[in-house]
Amino acid sequence: MSSPVVRQWYRDLAMGVRFTFTGGREGWVRAVLTAVGVGLGVALLLLTTAIPSALDTRGARGEARMDVGTVSADEYPKPTDKSLVVADTDTEYQYREIRGRLLQPEGANAPLPPGLREFPAPGEMVVSPALAELLKSDEGKLLRDRLPYVTVGHIGEAGLIGSHELAYFAGAEGLAERIDGSVVARIEKFGPAVEDPEEPMEPVLVLLTLVVFVVLLMPVAVFIATAVRFGGERRDRRLAALRLVGSDSRMTRRIAAGEALAGAVLGLVFGTVFFLIGREIVGSVEVFDVSVFPSYLNPSPVLALLVALAVPAAAVAVTLFALRGVVIEPLGVVRTARPARRRLWWRLLLPLAGLALLYPMIGQGSENGDFNEYAVISGVVLLLFGITALLPWVVEAFVARLGSGAVSWQLAVRRLQLSSGSAARMVNGIAVAVAGAIALQMLFSGVSGRFTESTGLDTTRAQMELALPQGLSASGTGEKLKQAKGAKAVAAMSSATVAGTAKDPEDVAEIVIGDCAALREFAKIPSCRDGDVFLMGQPDDPATLKLSTPNHTVYFDPSYAGEEPGAEVAWKLPGEVTKVTERADTLRPFGEGLMATPGALPAKAKTDAYMYSTVFVRTDPSVPDALDEVRNAAVAIDPLIRTWEWATTRRVDQFTTIQTGLLVGAAAVFVLIGTSLLVSQLEQLRERKKLLSALVAFGTRRRTLGLSVLWQTAIPITLGLIIALTFGVALGAVLLKMTATPVAIDWPNVLAMTGIGAAVVLVVTALSMPPLIRLMRPEGLRTE
Amino acid sequence: MTPTGSLLIATDLRKAYGPTTALDGAEFSIHPGEVVAVMGPSGSGKSTLLHCLAGIVPPDSGSIIYNGREMATMSDTERSALRRSEFGFVFQFGQLVPELTCVENVALPLRLNGTSRKEAEKTALGWMQRLEVDDLARKRPGEISGGQGQRVAVSRALVTSPRVLFADEPTGALDSLNGERVMELLTEAARSTNAAVVLVTHEARVAAYSDREIVVRDGKSRDMERVV
Amino acid sequence: MSIGHTLLGLLESGPRHGYDLKRAFDEKFGHDRPLHYGQVYSTMSRLLKNGLVEVDGIEAGGGPERKRYAITEAGITDVQRWLATPEKPEPYLQSTLYTKVVLALLTDRNAADILDSQRSEHLRMMRILTDRKRKGDLADQLICDHALFHLEADLRWLELTTARLGKLAEAVAK
Repeated sequence: MSSPVVRQWYRDLAMGVRFTFTGGREGWVRAVLTAVGVGLGVALLLLTTAIPSALDTRGARGEARMDVGTVSADEYPKPTDKSLVVADTDTEYQYREIRGRLLQPEGANAPLPPGLREFPAPGEMVVSPALAELLKSDEGKLLRDRLPYVTVGHIGEAGLIGSHELAYFAGAEGLAERIDGSVVARIEKFGPAVEDPEEPMEPVLVLLTLVVFVVLLMPVAVFIATAVRFGGERRDRRLAALRLVGSDSRMTRRIAAGEALAGAVLGLVFGTVFFLIGREIVGSVEVFDVSVFPSYLNPSPVLALLVALAVPAAAVAVTLFALRGVVIEPLGVVRTARPARRRLWWRLLLPLAGLALLYPMIGQGSENGDFNEYAVISGVVLLLFGITALLPWVVEAFVARLGSGAVSWQLAVRRLQLSSGSAARMVNGIAVAVAGAIALQMLFSGVSGRFTESTGLDTTRAQMELALPQGLSASGTGEKLKQAKGAKAVAAMSSATVAGTAKDPEDVAEIVIGDCAALREFAKIPSCRDGDVFLMGQPDDPATLKLSTPNHTVYFDPSYAGEEPGAEVAWKLPGEVTKVTERADTLRPFGEGLMATPGALPAKAKTDAYMYSTVFVRTDPSVPDALDEVRNAAVAIDPLIRTWEWATTRRVDQFTTIQTGLLVGAAAVFVLIGTSLLVSQLEQLRERKKLLSALVAFGTRRRTLGLSVLWQTAIPITLGLIIALTFGVALGAVLLKMTATPVAIDWPNVLAMTGIGAAVVLVVTALSMPPLIRLMRPEGLRTE
Repeated sequence: MTPTGSLLIATDLRKAYGPTTALDGAEFSIHPGEVVAVMGPSGSGKSTLLHCLAGIVPPDSGSIIYNGREMATMSDTERSALRRSEFGFVFQFGQLVPELTCVENVALPLRLNGTSRKEAEKTALGWMQRLEVDDLARKRPGEISGGQGQRVAVSRALVTSPRVLFADEPTGALDSLNGERVMELLTEAARSTNAAVVLVTHEARVAAYSDREIVVRDGKSRDMERVV
Repeated sequence: MSIGHTLLGLLESGPRHGYDLKRAFDEKFGHDRPLHYGQVYSTMSRLLKNGLVEVDGIEAGGGPERKRYAITEAGITDVQRWLATPEKPEPYLQSTLYTKVVLALLTDRNAADILDSQRSEHLRMMRILTDRKRKGDLADQLICDHALFHLEADLRWLELTTARLGKLAEAVAK
């Protein structure tokens, strides 16, 4: 602090800070306005920096409660005093997932799952708070039937991965006999059997995450830059007064920077408060099936520190940069120095540099190569920042060529011509947001093919599929389900393998068992009676060919050396095996193999003990909540029946999470940008109060003035959106090329994003109309 | 006061802004071609009187009859239309649209009335010539002096050939010489078009350009011809 | 300034001796220039001759200073006319105007009217000068301007006095 220059800076900045807080009501209002703006931005930044840790915490909790599936069925063959049998009874209710577990402790030392203090007794359950609420509500009526247990407690936070997660643990008996390793398992501890090495994210996903962050944070940065300039023109007048009493031009600038600094620091405080509030709110809502606990959202200290330093520094930098074109004269007048004609070349340089950074990475997605994170971030930032650099030039060049029209048009155009800079500034944020959103949208729909697996299911044929636990009779269950409310038709089938010999067989073939009606769901069968056997398709597998010969003897459940002996049920094929072809719209594509009606099988083979049975259900569209009715019926038959609703596609989970984050973030950003637009719009109007009143005095129609305000926003916004569209599509194309995905523009989505941007502007204009009309009242003429 | 043949007559005007009484029974009348100065100390209500007379602010009570029509019965739209076509305005501050050029500013009232841009600007230029500011036509208000700006404003007030010209401290921000020049040009132009001029001023030398003055004190007007 | 009218005005509140008149005049209007006795007597005799005052009585002991004067009806009318007639606007008018205003207040006449009619007269003069200036050459303009500025100063004084009439009335009544 000894250097005089530093001291001078310090003094001037401090004076500016003082001015903010001692400048009377006006000073306060300005400071608070700025602080609210900066605060919103900071809060969003903090939330963003907290997301990685939130995801980590969520992931860790999820891992700590892993149970079924961590060990194979024969890992713990015998019950011990520390073993626990767990059954996975996850279900779905009104399209919301419910995590369900049946627990049967086998000893005093059986491991308690996270979040539980004691095991629920059979017939009792412990539920998550959200599930408790759902069960109590009217909405939960059907669910109450499905979970016929007495609620005896709540699952603690440690056992849940989100504040709104639906989950329950129920006590059960007789699970041990049904251990199969996939639905029911015996475990001795919760959590993964062996520590998984961190699964590296796929490079394309890394790229997506990076771009999402950049795209969401850029508009926030632009917003903060706008926020520190709130009330700028009034401040300029104050600065002029400072010049009058003898501060030089540079001092004045530093004092102004000090004011901005004060606003920004106050904004940090506001931001922290907003963040804490926001954290609680985030904890209390569930967006797109994702909820988190407030305690998850802890910004990493390094990132938080970075925000705390970067925001005030940016405030000072932006102020100094903004005052660059302003000559502050002592005589109360601040004249914008006749701006040098905006030059194009350096403005083009930014996006070009961005492209240059991204270009070398084109095509790497296919080679699974790594994307250089820094290059990606800098490239995207430069490209998007290029918009904010190019937009003022485009607006200037464009409005300079605009001709005259109606008075409202003329007023708007002239105003834009005189201050195209501030117009461009106003739309910068929204343009960047839209461009980013478009690019991401393209990237998402482009690569979604890679992350969306087609299930190959034909939802017109069936709407549900139920997997029966071993031992449950397919036909019996099918019959019961047919009676269920909401079920229109069912097809029950079992599958098994048959072997050529009873012991250590070499040849095995698939066999599907079902009644004639069920089999007809898979193959075109001209005639069928119970007792018939078919061969579907044109098998070229020699084993299948051999085992499907008429009168051949095959064996169900053969024995293998070194394992417990199987049932070794012999079955002699009938004298006739009819060849049939598979239906194009089969319920499950087998391709080829044996098919048998139950009557053809020996009684012993029908015990179902070694068969995997499935029931397909066609629901009755006229029954409300048909899916849940069928699920209820299934659980009533056996809680271990697993149900799926048929969907045409299935997405990779991580991908879904990123897309969810994007949607939530984009919504927040658009709201933020809209707010800043509104504030600066209102400010501009207030500054022109006297002029507006004078215009009204000499008879200008309110409509004319209203329209002129609309044009004034609409022209730069249109330009901004066009540029945003261009840049967004360009950036999207480059990113797609980087992931080696064919470039296709998803127009409806692109236009939707643009439309949202335009809608924000329209809403803002509409919201600024009432104050405009108020300002146009003749009272504004009063000067005394 | 001679109401017969008057173009604009106001009787018993009252207007309060919240607790402040601005007009408390003011009277006014003006003939075509007459220049009437409205004088009085600041805060006396002279600007409010002008705003009421011009139909910018509706009075709380009292009647204003313009050309035989009671203004109170007109809708806001009608009054706006009246202001556009029959009235002209010159204020002390804040009246030129900073982003429009001078000629566009002057042409504005005509354009609001639906005149084509070309024609409006031609007429505007004619008036600017009369007020000796035609050379500033392509400049913007920020680039000209206060006196020039005021003359541009006067051109704009006159461009529609209004029947009543309302001027509120038109020379308030000008030095004596400029102020006088503006007043000379304004009254000359008004007389040549037989326009009535309501001239609000607290300066005697400006009021000296009028034919008659009324004084507003504490919201009450006093017609000086009736004194003695 | 008309001493005669002023003395007449002072008499309106009741008959006075010559020396009373001098004292009252000096008190209200003669701050910088007290009246000489001779001025009082010569004025009074002129007024007497014109029938505007009459001798109300003479104290024993004789001598001109012993006469008591009273205003006549003609005198009251004369004061009224004088007060109501605006002065010809000219420089250094203030003392006359001031006298008139004070007299009006003393005699319960409307002082504001006097001021308003004076300002009206001033403006009328200013209009004439403005008009002359408009038509005249540069010399005319400069001469007129000189007059105009002085008139304007008067007018401002008139306005200021109007604004302060209440206070002045209080001061005079003391």
